[in-house]
Amino acid sequence: MSNAHVNAVVVGAGAGGGVVAKELSEAGLSVVLFERGDWASFDAHDTDELISQRTTVLGNAFGPDDEKYRRVVVDDDGTTRVVLPSEIDYNNVAACVGSGTVSYGAMAWRYMPEDFRMKSTYGHIEGSTLEDWPITYDDLEHCYEKAEWEIGVAGDASLNPFSAPRKRPYPMPPFAYNKEASLLDSTMKRMGLHPFPIPMLRNSVPYNGRPACVRRRSCCGFACPLNAKSGTHNTVIPTALATGNCELRTNCVVSEIVVNDSGRATSVLYFDGYNHKLEQAADIVIVSASATETPRLLLNSRSKLFPAGIGNRYDWVGRNFQGHAYTGAFGLFEEDIFDDVGPGASIAVSDFSHHNTGIIGGGILANEFTRLPYYFTAIRPPSSPSWGTAHKEFQRNYFRRNVQVVGPIQEMPVFYSRVEVDPVVKDSWGIPVVRLSGHRHSRDVEGCGFLSGKAESILKEAGASITWQAVGGKGLSGGQHQAGTCRMGNDPQTSVTDKYGRIHDVPNIFVADASLHVTNGGFNPALTIMALGYWIGEYISTEWKKGNRFA
Amino acid sequence: MDEHNKFSRREFIKVAALGAGALTLSAGGIGLIVGCEKTSQSSKNFFSEDEYHLLECISEQIIPTDEWPGGRDTGVVNFIDIQLVGPYSRYQQDYRKGLAAIESTCLDKYGKKFEQLSWNTQTGFLQDMEGGRLSGEAWSNGFSEKFFELLRSHSMQAYYGSPRHGGNRNFVSFKMMGLDDFQIVGQNRYGV
Repeated sequence: MSNAHVNAVVVGAGAGGGVVAKELSEAGLSVVLFERGDWASFDAHDTDELISQRTTVLGNAFGPDDEKYRRVVVDDDGTTRVVLPSEIDYNNVAACVGSGTVSYGAMAWRYMPEDFRMKSTYGHIEGSTLEDWPITYDDLEHCYEKAEWEIGVAGDASLNPFSAPRKRPYPMPPFAYNKEASLLDSTMKRMGLHPFPIPMLRNSVPYNGRPACVRRRSCCGFACPLNAKSGTHNTVIPTALATGNCELRTNCVVSEIVVNDSGRATSVLYFDGYNHKLEQAADIVIVSASATETPRLLLNSRSKLFPAGIGNRYDWVGRNFQGHAYTGAFGLFEEDIFDDVGPGASIAVSDFSHHNTGIIGGGILANEFTRLPYYFTAIRPPSSPSWGTAHKEFQRNYFRRNVQVVGPIQEMPVFYSRVEVDPVVKDSWGIPVVRLSGHRHSRDVEGCGFLSGKAESILKEAGASITWQAVGGKGLSGGQHQAGTCRMGNDPQTSVTDKYGRIHDVPNIFVADASLHVTNGGFNPALTIMALGYWIGEYISTEWKKGNRFA
Repeated sequence: MDEHNKFSRREFIKVAALGAGALTLSAGGIGLIVGCEKTSQSSKNFFSEDEYHLLECISEQIIPTDEWPGGRDTGVVNFIDIQLVGPYSRYQQDYRKGLAAIESTCLDKYGKKFEQLSWNTQTGFLQDMEGGRLSGEAWSNGFSEKFFELLRSHSMQAYYGSPRHGGNRNFVSFKMMGLDDFQIVGQNRYGV
């Protein structure tokens, strides 16, 4: 069976791919948007903490499932393990229309100008491939703005003196602080810090035809029953479909990009929901499948011209796998702090994002999303019992009296942390699976110590009777903030794509997800992935209108 | 077994009559007399009757009864029994092997089954298991710590997770933690 030729195939309907599909279909290109998962619904798993994006012990609420998917992890001693999608070491994002943007906490951070110029700002770091991006914050600024207005962000950047320069305010006012954030607000101000409400991809007021958030505690990790949380699934993807130019094919797993003898992509091969192997021809292929699945697809696409996979002539595909070490501190209080105003995370400081002594880069610090009952069973001061009567008493005595201040540390990219394809293990379609190996740079551990120390000092100042730090470790990074594996750059020998996400030696294959990130900022990456979607979509559609067919 | 249960029920009532304060003070003391009583629940999926009862006693140690019901009376084992033929089927062999090893180690060490041990002896046994201090072939290569962690984490999931999976009976943990149901416009109920 053959499909009609289209102008563009987009592989992966997440934060990046959803935006690109919308930009191209609005520009008049015919688009097929592939998604290996299905539409997600709130009703499928409701408020079930054990099958959520934060706690996956009984499965992934937003895919993929444990039956069909596998990955391999290489431990530091060289031994390999097969891991399931619901296990933490799988480093899952999601597999559904909208991907992580359905269930994320929805923090809407712009990276700062320094985040695009890490090497210029901090110099060479031994053992790290730290580098500048080939684009600057100024290049991307209008794309951030588009993401904020089209997908919808609530916030007030004027309250953050470290905020990157911007031309336009957020489209919605910020959320009011919950009780925890109010306590931290006065504390942080007393300490000379500069707290502000976290910008959020949630509706603080009705916006874009969807209602305002009702502030449930089960927000981060869950789909929104009111559709008040904004992702690509309820904004740009419906817009793309409404143009009539975009077809969304769910439950379709793309296995390979076919390249002809002149080094140009001609089609993708995929399995549909009935496991039929099909082909879709296109003028352009955009890969936006995540920082693990994008390199997997490129590496699995071997041909006479590209025997080591697409874009991999210099062995850079899959390299520099990074994410965010989360680091911070906990405090216990003698009065109730919890007021059950979700999603919990509400206030942040950006004072430790850059230009602090003793840390390269840094990260925001924010109060954490609501610690739900099972999640909370693991939150105890060091050497506290993890079971028995004392554990149970703590559970009820301190559930309403704990505060967690935490942030994502900007990691130093490491060449040997990488995504490969496993030579043996295959998924249920027979496609070689992702193989993960490596660990964080030692400077990341130092950075975590710095940021956790700051978090603990805030909690002490706030009046916590007991505080302790939870410091990010040196293990393999990645996780839901995974990035870096198809770095963009100007030098084809030390990067995978050019500054528009185009594979250096293939004229019509683009990458549009966090794989492009040269560095990953000290912020949650979703808004930057969306902005890159606009950046790349704008480039392709502008060129297309000029008659460029990327031959 | 009948003798044991009769004895324990009578003694439990006697101690319980001392009031809630006394119960809190001496959870260990109660157990010394009581041992571990059987519930009317039984396996629908994976466990034998003996395994089911043993696991109820362990779950009661991990989440003991105080002012609020403990693991034994809130469906913790029901949860595990359901998951072992679902997402946790990969742990079936660990449970079969681990529960048998607990019984045989207790018989060797104390001449009694785990369920018949005093509360404090049960606690000590589980602490040894958690710390990898049990001897015997079955416990080698870290199985002792690994199996304890399965028992501990699965019990926590059962007790503090959604009741839809067979544990957290009557929303016990949500009520204990003072959590109302999630707010949905026009509704005020625990959703399962």
